[in-house]
Amino acid sequence: MVVTETWYLVLSAGLFSIGLVGLLVRRNPLVMFMSIELMLNAVNISFVAFANALDDIVGLTAVFFVLVVAAAEVVVGLSIVVAVMRRRPALTADDLSSLKG
Amino acid sequence: MVDVIVFVVAGAIVLGGALGVVLNRNPVRGALSLIASLFGVAVLFVLQEAHFLALVQVVVYAGAIVVLFLFVIMLLGVDRSEDLSVEPLAGQRLAGVAMGVAMFTMALLGLFLSGRGGDEGAVALTGTRSVTQPLDETQPDIDQLAVDLFGRNVLAFQATALLLTIATVGAVVLVRNRGAEDLVIDEPGRAAS
Repeated sequence: MVVTETWYLVLSAGLFSIGLVGLLVRRNPLVMFMSIELMLNAVNISFVAFANALDDIVGLTAVFFVLVVAAAEVVVGLSIVVAVMRRRPALTADDLSSLKG
Repeated sequence: MVDVIVFVVAGAIVLGGALGVVLNRNPVRGALSLIASLFGVAVLFVLQEAHFLALVQVVVYAGAIVVLFLFVIMLLGVDRSEDLSVEPLAGQRLAGVAMGVAMFTMALLGLFLSGRGGDEGAVALTGTRSVTQPLDETQPDIDQLAVDLFGRNVLAFQATALLLTIATVGAVVLVRNRGAEDLVIDEPGRAAS
């Protein structure tokens, strides 16, 4: 039995689905952010699997960029969460509705 | 055979950590589960000979991003456990889980029902081998990654550098102290004055 790239892709799909459920069900903004990180990691796994299977270095470059963009996104997102939650400490995602029409 | 064992163990850690993030009521425990999951992903990278990316994954993701999460959780005091049994919309949790299952099924269907068929029974989507930048097995992966990153993708590289600068400036601007108006604590649900 050899570990083919299909195994990695199935694992990536499972991890993405778990992250998706976490994003949809949880209301704490920080846990929602962590679920987004899970989804980004799932995509990274599938990128590396494809880089190995298709013999292309671009997969690894894409992972590098995804990592950088994820870091930038977490920085900005958490600073927004901090800025909002300083005023309202017991916040959930449902309460962030001041832009509601 | 060793590959299979390492894959199964690392995969179990990845999925178990992910479930820990989603199911834990306490966000601090969720962050620690996320660290476990990220280490599992790093092991999977090493298994596929992407050693540099495994290093970057551990240093950046587990070592900086999750630490930032923990800082914010501690700063804001949101480590109080969230009540998972209350759902504001009726049937939201069921719909969320159904959506997750549907996503997984869709991904599996896309993976196994497409492709040319032939190699090992299940062929991944769009599987033509690269002719422009083939992976050279003799060179270390970091050398090839550097050649690609600073060669063909140098514009994207500079753009990400710009993105990081913008993110840093934005973070500093967003959380700076503006004086007395920050001392007002509003009740949740009431509009901020």
